[in-house]
Amino acid sequence: MAKEFAAGDRVRVREDFPPGHIRTPVYVRGKAGVVTRALGAFPNPEVLALGRDGLPKKALYEVRFRQKDLWPDYAGPASDTLDIDIYEHWLAKI
Amino acid sequence: MPEHAHHEDAEHAHPHAPPAKDEKIHSYYQVLGLALKELLIEKGIVTPKEIREAIEFRDSITLALGAKIVARAWTDPAYKQRLLRNGTEAIKEFGLDMGALHLVVVENTPAVHNMIVCTLCSCYPRAVLGLPPSWYKSREYRARAVREPRVVLAEFGTQLPGNVEVRVHDSTADMRYLVLPMQPAGTEKMNEDELASLVGRDSMIGVSLPRRP
Repeated sequence: MAKEFAAGDRVRVREDFPPGHIRTPVYVRGKAGVVTRALGAFPNPEVLALGRDGLPKKALYEVRFRQKDLWPDYAGPASDTLDIDIYEHWLAKI
Repeated sequence: MPEHAHHEDAEHAHPHAPPAKDEKIHSYYQVLGLALKELLIEKGIVTPKEIREAIEFRDSITLALGAKIVARAWTDPAYKQRLLRNGTEAIKEFGLDMGALHLVVVENTPAVHNMIVCTLCSCYPRAVLGLPPSWYKSREYRARAVREPRVVLAEFGTQLPGNVEVRVHDSTADMRYLVLPMQPAGTEKMNEDELASLVGRDSMIGVSLPRRP
């Protein structure tokens, strides 16, 4: 599977609330971050959860967010960050 | 009344709970799990012995394995490089296998402090640390570790200066994270076993720092 994103790419997480087993926590939906590494391709857990094979595989990326972008009232330093693993179909380049 | 007299006793002034009964109240999912297990056995897909052995193996994994890996990384720079590049491959040198999962080791430095959480459930590097502590699975830790990590760290007795970036890792997929803590100052002459004794479980989750000798 061709890698859609590369380390350093600015991305935004889709702001969407579909039903079912979703591995993208609500607190990052709609937020902007930076891809830090490509983690490989994995069966899609949203499809696996339905008892199917999860194919085609989805590329998984580690995405870094500034805490201040996730929580506007974050009380710690502006340099604090959060890394999270997000599947490609939840990400769009910005 | 003898019972009354007993309760008046200064050294024993609390009522006793009724003796614990050796019976469990099973939740819906526990009952479902038991039913599934019995069916798998009945249909000959697994044997009770295999289940027992799997549980025994799982329970034999303790944080000592993680501590050995950390101590090796502290004493062997080439191993540290392999561990940070590909944790899954590097722990095979200890005979450990991640199965279908991947191990990602994140290094604490003077500039960055890493901390692990799984907000969705309780993903944990079981292959190297064993079973997670109950607080790791609590809704409170899972919610607050991403929301106010420095407050949570302080509650664990870990105060970090503001110029250290706190980097929280939320494991949402097939990666399992292990923190490689910084080697405490003044331990340069210690051997691998001595160093491993300084590495507590919580320092590999990133809510504490290694002990000082």
